[in-house]
Amino acid sequence: MPLRAKVATSVSRTAAALSRAAGRGDGSVIGGWIGLKIDPDLLRNLASGRAIALVSGTNGKTTTTRFAAAALGVLGPVATNSFGANMPTGHTSALAKAGATPFAVLEVDEHYLARVIDETTPRVVALLNLSRDQLDRAKEVAMMAQLWRTALAAHPDVHVVANADDPMVVWSAVGAGHVTWFSAGQRWTDDSWVCPECGAPINRAQGDWWCTGCTLRRPQAQWTVEDDGVVDPRGDWHLVKLQLPGHVNLGNAATALAVAAEFGVRPIEAVPRLASVASVAGRYAQVERDGRTIRLLLAKNPASWLEAFDMAEEAPTLLSINARDPDGFDTSWLYDVDFSPLRGRPVLITGDRAFDLAVRLEVNEVPFRHVHTFDEAIRATPPGRLEVIANYTAFQDIRAELDRVN
Amino acid sequence: MSTERSTESVLRIVWIYPDLLSTYGDRGNMLILARRAALRGIPVETYQVRSDQAMPSTADIYLIGGGEDGPQALAAQRLIADGGLHRAVAQGAAVLAVCAGYQLFGRSFYAKGAQCAGLDLLDISSDRGETRAVGEVRGDIDPRLGLPPLTGFENHGGRTHLGPGVAPLARVTAGIGNDGHTEGAWHGKILGTYAHGPALARNPDIADLLLRWAIGADSLAPLDDTWADRLRGERLAAASA
Repeated sequence: MPLRAKVATSVSRTAAALSRAAGRGDGSVIGGWIGLKIDPDLLRNLASGRAIALVSGTNGKTTTTRFAAAALGVLGPVATNSFGANMPTGHTSALAKAGATPFAVLEVDEHYLARVIDETTPRVVALLNLSRDQLDRAKEVAMMAQLWRTALAAHPDVHVVANADDPMVVWSAVGAGHVTWFSAGQRWTDDSWVCPECGAPINRAQGDWWCTGCTLRRPQAQWTVEDDGVVDPRGDWHLVKLQLPGHVNLGNAATALAVAAEFGVRPIEAVPRLASVASVAGRYAQVERDGRTIRLLLAKNPASWLEAFDMAEEAPTLLSINARDPDGFDTSWLYDVDFSPLRGRPVLITGDRAFDLAVRLEVNEVPFRHVHTFDEAIRATPPGRLEVIANYTAFQDIRAELDRVN
Repeated sequence: MSTERSTESVLRIVWIYPDLLSTYGDRGNMLILARRAALRGIPVETYQVRSDQAMPSTADIYLIGGGEDGPQALAAQRLIADGGLHRAVAQGAAVLAVCAGYQLFGRSFYAKGAQCAGLDLLDISSDRGETRAVGEVRGDIDPRLGLPPLTGFENHGGRTHLGPGVAPLARVTAGIGNDGHTEGAWHGKILGTYAHGPALARNPDIADLLLRWAIGADSLAPLDDTWADRLRGERLAAASA
């Protein structure tokens, strides 16, 4: 490593440690920011010599990254940005902090994928899904798919692991040099009614999809989810027992197994490691308080709300909605989510934008009660389980109330 | 759906091309209209008409929502070629057109850097502004409509110019709307607006106006709008901040 990069790495680690010591955060962004100021090529230098997997997509990337890092751990030490700091500053911090590791698994914000591929020369890129997210500033889904497609076309040696069930992902990956397809299912289909190749409608039936105007259609998946397990490309079924709930996490596990297989890890070795993942940056964490077992589920956008309803148990449920900067200021997406799976569960609502949610639930015929604080929500719930589903800053607020659970 | 204009009592609501124009919770406008009709005991049917289907001309209320440039231009082409929406408007159907859907109701609009022909059902034309209008929008609605202030969230790069054949829906008191002065347009039973949120969640009186137009009633039984009123109070105040 060049001297400048060594200095930058050292300063970056110190800054991250200072940030943590000062209680200003987990240090996963500031360290990288300073390091990149000293050496703009720091990420490239830190990536050099490591076998790297990148994980990107609108939803599931933090969890899939965690699973893939656990699976690759079979081979040796793995650097990873496990705090969800998924932009180049976060990648730089994570690699600087980890020291020399033979492997790295990095979660990448979908907007930055092209740049991070350029700078880290990954062996594998996993593409999970693309759907609407933060409407007031995110790029439209089709534009994001185009950016991915261009980035992958420029790196034909990268091995892509991609979701066969999402037409936008398939279109972005179909021209890549090597692709392994997985099937993790897609609950949310409202952003892929129109073919990104030709503009004709896309038809769907029984898990299959095809464009009615051109040759784009669902590829045959080599990795699939079946019952409570995963089928590998040889057709062998592996029971996958997870601590994380929901069908969606089984799909994330299948993706991680497919990524690990590209590095030579066999599913039989990797599967036990997936079961060790209990929570991811507070997501899915369970906390006991005042006789209540509280579980935190993060739902950032319409697709992830549908997944959260699937993961949550039939129990009292607190929904919390904010619309601060990281959440996006526009709450109209509430009408893209069908809240009817909550009917029959006692529902509490809170957050900065609880009134938007109240009007939405009324239209959806889901009875609810409004509470002003998290403590009020706990008092309003009988002892037992309380499921909490919140969007980004609302989730962080509640996590802070529970002492930053991880 | 029959090809004759409905003389039965069922209220028919069409959501135009949700496959192309459904970016900002536009489904909400359909859900809210249907619910507010049902709560008054008005039988209601909703239809989602995709862009590869024929547009019926016999429904009572048509809704069209927001979207990106490509789908907007495609929607305009298909609606012009289809003609069903023009026949419906000629027969007196009520319309709520939002954002990209609002622009394409005019004579022309800009998409992907080119001027596109609109449906020419509203005397407006739209071009590009220098800045994108993103945030809370608020306005005082044309007093002739007898409605409380408009509240919405806008997110568009367009600026819309009104001709003599339409009136502004509202005078802007916060946000941008058409041009920083006026917001939206109306003519006959067609309402156009940049406000999503969706618009009818934040403005239930506009929902009731569309219902009254559709069924030819001067008034409707009042509903419990406690939560909508709280939301309105919060958002109108937030727009002032």
